[in-house]
Amino acid sequence: MVDRTDVGNASELQYFGKMTASISHEIKNVMAIINESAGLLEDYSLMAEKGMAIDPERLKVVSDRVTMQIRRADRITKNLNNLAHSVDEFHKSIDLKETLALAVGLSGRFADMRSIRLEFQPPSDVPTVITSSFHLLNLIWRVLDFAMGMSGTEKMIGLTYDSDAESVKIRFTGLAAAPNAPEAIFPTAGEAVLLRILGATIQQDAKGGVITLVLPKDVRQQVKTDC
Amino acid sequence: MRVLLVDDEQELVETLAERLGIRGIEARWATDGDAALALIDREDFDLAVLDVKIPGINGINLHKMMKEKCPQMKFIFMTGHGSQDDFAAGSAETGVDYYLLKPVTIDELLHKMNELMHQ
Repeated sequence: MVDRTDVGNASELQYFGKMTASISHEIKNVMAIINESAGLLEDYSLMAEKGMAIDPERLKVVSDRVTMQIRRADRITKNLNNLAHSVDEFHKSIDLKETLALAVGLSGRFADMRSIRLEFQPPSDVPTVITSSFHLLNLIWRVLDFAMGMSGTEKMIGLTYDSDAESVKIRFTGLAAAPNAPEAIFPTAGEAVLLRILGATIQQDAKGGVITLVLPKDVRQQVKTDC
Repeated sequence: MRVLLVDDEQELVETLAERLGIRGIEARWATDGDAALALIDREDFDLAVLDVKIPGINGINLHKMMKEKCPQMKFIFMTGHGSQDDFAAGSAETGVDYYLLKPVTIDELLHKMNELMHQ
């Protein structure tokens, strides 16, 4: 029999596996571009040896391409590093803006594959939240994955937040309005485990095409209250 | 030989197309399945090099659609994934025999292309 702990552990491993597989794919692509660029430079040098004139502008294009890929690899590995460190402590103080930016960055390739644009629109307010960073990243991915599957004609999923003294509300917009959608397809058991760990709730506005994740500013207080 | 390269990494297909051009092979490129299908509607190709994972229509389904439109066309898959099992399942279904793991070398690609064209 699968219990709640099993569901939670499987979800955590699946999330970690999915993200790291996507990162490895992106790094492979970066290497492939750098590899071809190096090969093209070699082609140019062989052509030059044969006395053919090489336009310096073409060399600059290749050089810029390599520089851009190095920057891209730097972003990818920073995201991987931040994901890896999200399990350092179970409850820790996190910068919500940075965590959401990381969640969007990690989900970017999945959105590209579905031809969907992810737009993170952070307000000027930068709340600090005490929570489980890894479980929050996992839950945001699951909501984004669901939202992308339900995206409207604009093929754009927006992500923003606001906060009050007790909680933060993370909003996912751009889902196709479905006022007659059957209830209870989301959240599933996988999200329910994460919601419990984070002391969070999900509100769905099917008519407006919005999902709101309500997260306590300090999950430790929430757990104490629940006890 | 006219070749169509399909991969969502534009810089990769652009560079590969230029390198093939230097070797006398005319190559065009597309970054998604719809653009690839539009290109084969307008132009003739002998061979296509497809990434397995591309936006919209995936590489396996794109291969099926292209094969229906151009039965004489030859195909090579290119993948960034280490999992050869996934590819084996897809290739058994579609009948594609050739695949290359990224990053590929131009000599390896040319060798496969020539092998296919002389089958």
